[in-house]
Amino acid sequence: MTDKRVSYTLDSTLETVNNAEETASRMAAEAGFGDEDVMKISMAVREAAVNAVLHGNAYDPGKKVTLNFERTQRDLVITIRDQGKGLDLEKIPNPLEPENLLKTSGRGIFIIRSFMDEVEIHPSHTGTEIKLIKHVHG
Amino acid sequence: MTMKSSTRQIDGVTIVDLSGRITLGEGSVVLRDQVRDLLSKGNKKILLNLGEVNYIDSSGIGELVSAFTTVRNQGGELKLLNLTKKVHDLLQITKLYTVFDVKDDETSAVKSFS
Repeated sequence: MTDKRVSYTLDSTLETVNNAEETASRMAAEAGFGDEDVMKISMAVREAAVNAVLHGNAYDPGKKVTLNFERTQRDLVITIRDQGKGLDLEKIPNPLEPENLLKTSGRGIFIIRSFMDEVEIHPSHTGTEIKLIKHVHG
Repeated sequence: MTMKSSTRQIDGVTIVDLSGRITLGEGSVVLRDQVRDLLSKGNKKILLNLGEVNYIDSSGIGELVSAFTTVRNQGGELKLLNLTKKVHDLLQITKLYTVFDVKDDETSAVKSFS
């Protein structure tokens, strides 16, 4: 059963990244998560929003980012969708490999996976949708 | 809160006191400009005091890595001081904790520079 669902359509700007993070922090706190989980959820959402704005839509003013929060009895589910060319998952290197440790980028997806309980990434030629799930009781 | 940065010198080591957030956009740019400015003035022993940095994202981590390699490539040393728990945990999970020279005492950190 769905308790609460909120959607936003946002421009491809840095402000959107900050808004996404702040909204995630507020929604996570309202859902009853503790401080550490709130931080993890908001950071995961921030990283997903950065991917959508920067890598997906490439700051294109004609492309939007859709942010959806859904609070169910068991989960907080956050979906972020961009209108880019679609993330190529094959091209994302493992940031923990020794040859990648000193790279200056490529850690966003890793941080998202580390901080959320479930992560689904659905790239297509019309954009990428990433679904982040945190279980309410661990 | 955006990032603030100030510097002081102790025994030939430049301590950069940072506070706020190191994130995509302003915070990362402040850090990059600060390190670039120090190197251009010949200051190659740099201690980044992160004690008041309460948030860092993957872009901020990338900026720390960039600062570390830039200083090292110019024959200098860059070390980190006073990590908050959030930053410490993030460097742990990204395996960068062992890449950086991390200190928790300023006096001994300054002495550790060659």
